[in-house]
Amino acid sequence: MKEKRLARLLVSGPPLLFLIVFFVSPSLIMILTSFRFPGEFGGLAPITPLADQATGEYGLTADAYQFFFSDFIYTEIFLKSFAVAFGTTLICLILAYPLAILIARSRKHLRNLMVLLVILPFASNFLIRIYAWMIILGPESALSHFINTALGAFGIAPVTLLFSPFAVLVGMVYVHLPFMVLPLYTNLEKHDPSLLDAAQDLGANAWQRFWRVTWPLSLPGVFSGSALVFIPVLGMFAVPDILGGTGDILIGNLIKDQFLGTRDWPFGSALSIMLTLAVLSVAGLTTWFARSATGQRAL
Amino acid sequence: MALLEIRNVTRRFGSYTAVDNVSIDVEAGEFFTLLGPSGCGKTTLLRMIAGFDLPDSGQILLDGKDMVGIPPEKRPVHTVFQTYALFPHMTVADNIAFPLKMARKAPQEIKKRVNELLERVHLPNFGNRFPHELSGGQKQRVAFARGLVNRPRLLLLDEPLGALDAKLREEMQIELINLQKEIGITFIFVTHAQDEALALSHRIAVMNRGNVEQIDEPSKIYSAPKNHFVADFIGKISVMNAAVMEATPSHLKLAIEGLGEVTAPAREDVEVGARGVLAIRPEQVRISHPSNESQLKNHFRGKVHDFLYVGDVTTYIVELVNGAYIEALLPNSAPGRAKFFEVDDEVTISWRHDAGIFLNDPR
Repeated sequence: MKEKRLARLLVSGPPLLFLIVFFVSPSLIMILTSFRFPGEFGGLAPITPLADQATGEYGLTADAYQFFFSDFIYTEIFLKSFAVAFGTTLICLILAYPLAILIARSRKHLRNLMVLLVILPFASNFLIRIYAWMIILGPESALSHFINTALGAFGIAPVTLLFSPFAVLVGMVYVHLPFMVLPLYTNLEKHDPSLLDAAQDLGANAWQRFWRVTWPLSLPGVFSGSALVFIPVLGMFAVPDILGGTGDILIGNLIKDQFLGTRDWPFGSALSIMLTLAVLSVAGLTTWFARSATGQRAL
Repeated sequence: MALLEIRNVTRRFGSYTAVDNVSIDVEAGEFFTLLGPSGCGKTTLLRMIAGFDLPDSGQILLDGKDMVGIPPEKRPVHTVFQTYALFPHMTVADNIAFPLKMARKAPQEIKKRVNELLERVHLPNFGNRFPHELSGGQKQRVAFARGLVNRPRLLLLDEPLGALDAKLREEMQIELINLQKEIGITFIFVTHAQDEALALSHRIAVMNRGNVEQIDEPSKIYSAPKNHFVADFIGKISVMNAAVMEATPSHLKLAIEGLGEVTAPAREDVEVGARGVLAIRPEQVRISHPSNESQLKNHFRGKVHDFLYVGDVTTYIVELVNGAYIEALLPNSAPGRAKFFEVDDEVTISWRHDAGIFLNDPR
């Protein structure tokens, strides 16, 4: 009994320690930071008054949170980020579902090859791939020329693809698509093909077979894929930074700016905490929804 | 006109012929069984009736209408799958309601029919359960109910009892017979278990390597098999090489090498000189002490080679003087007696002149 406990501690100890040092304590520091005053030259003001700095602000305050709600623009950026995350998730789902079905219903060796192709982009650096999109969507690219020539034929003024909400959405979908394909494929691959035979035998056409059998059975995969896309998109700052215009900043950019640009650490921390809370509530809602939608059956 | 007519149906997979020029008529209200070893083509035939596969040549007619080009969902044919294939995300009631919903029946009618079927398969309070909460036998019943609820012209059953244990299997067999009798829907049952086929069916088609060897009532299949394959596949049977010496309308006289002369029931299509086998069921063979002089014409000396005690009966394997083996069945009905002979006991083997059957395809 005693050895068993020791063994368990030895196995779970290191990761637990890692999480405490690098996740729990930074989170606590950040919560504390969000309630502190910003320093005069950025960073943080001291909590206790220094002898020669008695005039400065010190102690704890909810100023950062108040500031957030004082200007609607911050709420707007939050809402816009959620909209982009939702849109990206939806587009990923629509693109990934047919692909996942195709992979799941292919022959075994072909399946492995296709999964490999889906994850192959990870082999090159994420930033390099985003910069590649900069070239593809740039004003001198073949794509831009083609689109603008086509638009010109209908007498429509040329458009700029890069540095636009469109470019941000394209980048987001491109980066996150594999995270939707893989959980969907893993789920669809487990489906018993005889269920579709049974449905067809009992009078269901192709459309009914999809909506009454394949889709409801794939919901767990849909939910996990959606969570894997939605949550990272919400915090993403690199894609809007590189592909978006000046008006396309999202929460991620805002937070990054508070720490590296304006150096308002308390406000940056407050934004991070609110984002975390928002993500947690979305995750909680999704789990609850997934559970009620798929029933209490064992999958 | 038969309900289902299978006319000269052939299905090939590459160079392999799974179903070879098969013709079968199934009458309305029949419990018809396709019986054969695995790979005999019975499941391929079933899939073609359901519409999941198409014949390369030949026709399948239902109510006189050619089914070619009609997809499975449009055929008035439902299937009970070997693995049941119940929808795991639906309750029992929703599973049973599925074919009715697909047929766009009114909600009140769906409810009524589902309850009626739940009652019929003895699961009245199981409507709200999920399939994973059911035992094997219960799942089986739900699968039957789902197949029957929309009253198909034909219900196909693909080895539905294969996954059940022996005792449950027997129970379900009886339920299945009653269900078919009450509802009156034509069943086509596929199995490789000959006892199941004999117990359930009105008629059986014995299949082998894509061919139908014999279509007959169970008793005919058992007592008058048409050839060596059918004889061997259905029940236990002993065979001995034999040649026809005399063929009359009343009987055959056979010569069995090293043993002597045997009288067997007459067969019309057999000529003198034909070679083949004498096939005889263990329960037709009597075994007795050598001192009891047998009254029967066909009697020979032998030695007990081995025996198999299975409770109600004991099967003795007897070596005859010519080295051939013959099986004899003896009921253990005498109180306190489980065994009458020991290994190496000298015995007399005998059978009636109208027992056994001459099959003229040599093995």
